[in-house]
Amino acid sequence: MPIEAIIPEQKISRGNGGQPLMRFEHVSVQFDSDVALKDVSFDLWPGETRVLFGAAGSGKSVLLKTAIGLLRASAGRVFLFGEDITHAEERDLFGIRSRVGVLFQEGGLFDSLTVAENVAYPLLNQQAASQPSQDEVDRRIEEALRFVELEHTLDKFPSELSGGMRRRVGIARAIVTEPPLVLYDSPTAGLDPITANTIMALIAKERDTKDAANMIVTHRYQDGELMADFRYNARSERLEPVSHEAGGSGDKSLDTVFMVLCEGRLVFEGSQVELESSRDPYVRRFVRHDAGRG
Amino acid sequence: MVASDSSGGERLLDFLKAPVAAIQDFFILSGRALKNLVRPPHYADDIFIQMDVIGVGSLPIVILVGFFTGVVITMQMSRALSTYGAVSQVGPVVMLTLVRELGPVLTSILVAGRNASGIASELGSMKVTEQIDAMRALGTDPIQKLVTPRMIATCATLPLLTIIADTVGLFGGFIVAYFSLRLTPGQYWTPAYQILAYNDVVQGLLKPFVFAFIVALVGCFYGMRTTGGTQGVGRATTQAVVAAVVWIFVLTTLITRVFVNIS
Repeated sequence: MPIEAIIPEQKISRGNGGQPLMRFEHVSVQFDSDVALKDVSFDLWPGETRVLFGAAGSGKSVLLKTAIGLLRASAGRVFLFGEDITHAEERDLFGIRSRVGVLFQEGGLFDSLTVAENVAYPLLNQQAASQPSQDEVDRRIEEALRFVELEHTLDKFPSELSGGMRRRVGIARAIVTEPPLVLYDSPTAGLDPITANTIMALIAKERDTKDAANMIVTHRYQDGELMADFRYNARSERLEPVSHEAGGSGDKSLDTVFMVLCEGRLVFEGSQVELESSRDPYVRRFVRHDAGRG
Repeated sequence: MVASDSSGGERLLDFLKAPVAAIQDFFILSGRALKNLVRPPHYADDIFIQMDVIGVGSLPIVILVGFFTGVVITMQMSRALSTYGAVSQVGPVVMLTLVRELGPVLTSILVAGRNASGIASELGSMKVTEQIDAMRALGTDPIQKLVTPRMIATCATLPLLTIIADTVGLFGGFIVAYFSLRLTPGQYWTPAYQILAYNDVVQGLLKPFVFAFIVALVGCFYGMRTTGGTQGVGRATTQAVVAAVVWIFVLTTLITRVFVNIS
């Protein structure tokens, strides 16, 4: 049964004349005869969280890698921070990528480096106007690891950590430079529910304390639900449910956009309410059956 | 008939597409690795670490193989030379065989077996665990960080290892000549030294330098294009060693041909 595309019009006008952090314009990615992404278009705006659902092999990770130029679009154009990176030279991309934090599916930690060296890596290797002093690097490593509650693991190697801890170190490395955009590739994949919730709570905390835009690839509805329905209260240092009164200034769900990929096509883009009320059978597979606000 | 020829041609093109693309990728990687020699940043620490791994790490096996190569050449050649009553010429024979051919080729094959495989498996593991992608995403050129230091380190250490292998091999030959063939040190070392021409020394040092590029770049090339998890890492390692050894033999033939023509 063909899946009906219900993509709404592009929200070009959003941001009061500002520019999106990321823009996909009719992007397709092809490997030989296999098409991984087909005609995908969307904008990611400052402060926005996008949650991308899709079955295994639907092109979620390909989309994230294309967004930062790790994979090249076969057709269409990709913009990052207003710059067209579609055909940019690899060396020219390093500067732009330094403004994006990335958490890879398995953490992507360098196994020959300690936790502290892994977290310090972006600080020491990215193209910055000035290299931070060693004291500054040490301070920011500790700060990032304290954020993910792993400040006691400085001298450990990734192989000495559990899967959840590796993922948390990956988050620390992604946010240590305080980038305005953070991409998370399946942050909860393969983790038990308790650890998965801890990871998502950290991502929500990072979003609400640093005000960064996020794109989260996942196949767990709970992950998107947590991002839309909860926000981190810095005073009480815990996540709290947000008010869903229309137009409420504290309603984070307004800044959370859900997308669903099916065989490389973007078949849904919309709010949590629109997602939960979708009648598309493929889209509904990603919505918890008891979801839906009365 | 025409359709059959056409489909045969297409099949041939399809068959050739993958190896041609691989050769093209290899030259692109090599070009970028060479270009990085003059472009910052330079990772001096990584170069010294790799020199330690490749150079110092290979030293025991190179010494061992070099010594026994010299011993075996002397034993074999002494039999042949005794037929013509020319056992005293064993020194020059060992010298020329080692310096021109066996020293560079055997040392490079050993380093290929030890380090091309090591490089391919290390980089291959990094590739399949997304560490290479992470490096690119974090603003580092993996070719600059991983390939160029390994290439520089191999090019710096392989000629030195070859000199050591040649020296130890000559010493091994001397042990046999002295204790078994009853030659005096002068009878062994003096003609061996006198036979050595400038052409031989250049050839003996150019070969390991060229082979060093092959060993390092082939290892990096197969490592960086690894796919298919741990099985893919194993496959990349095997391919790297086989390709490096084959290229060493092809190139030693070409270089020898050039030097034979020159002399």
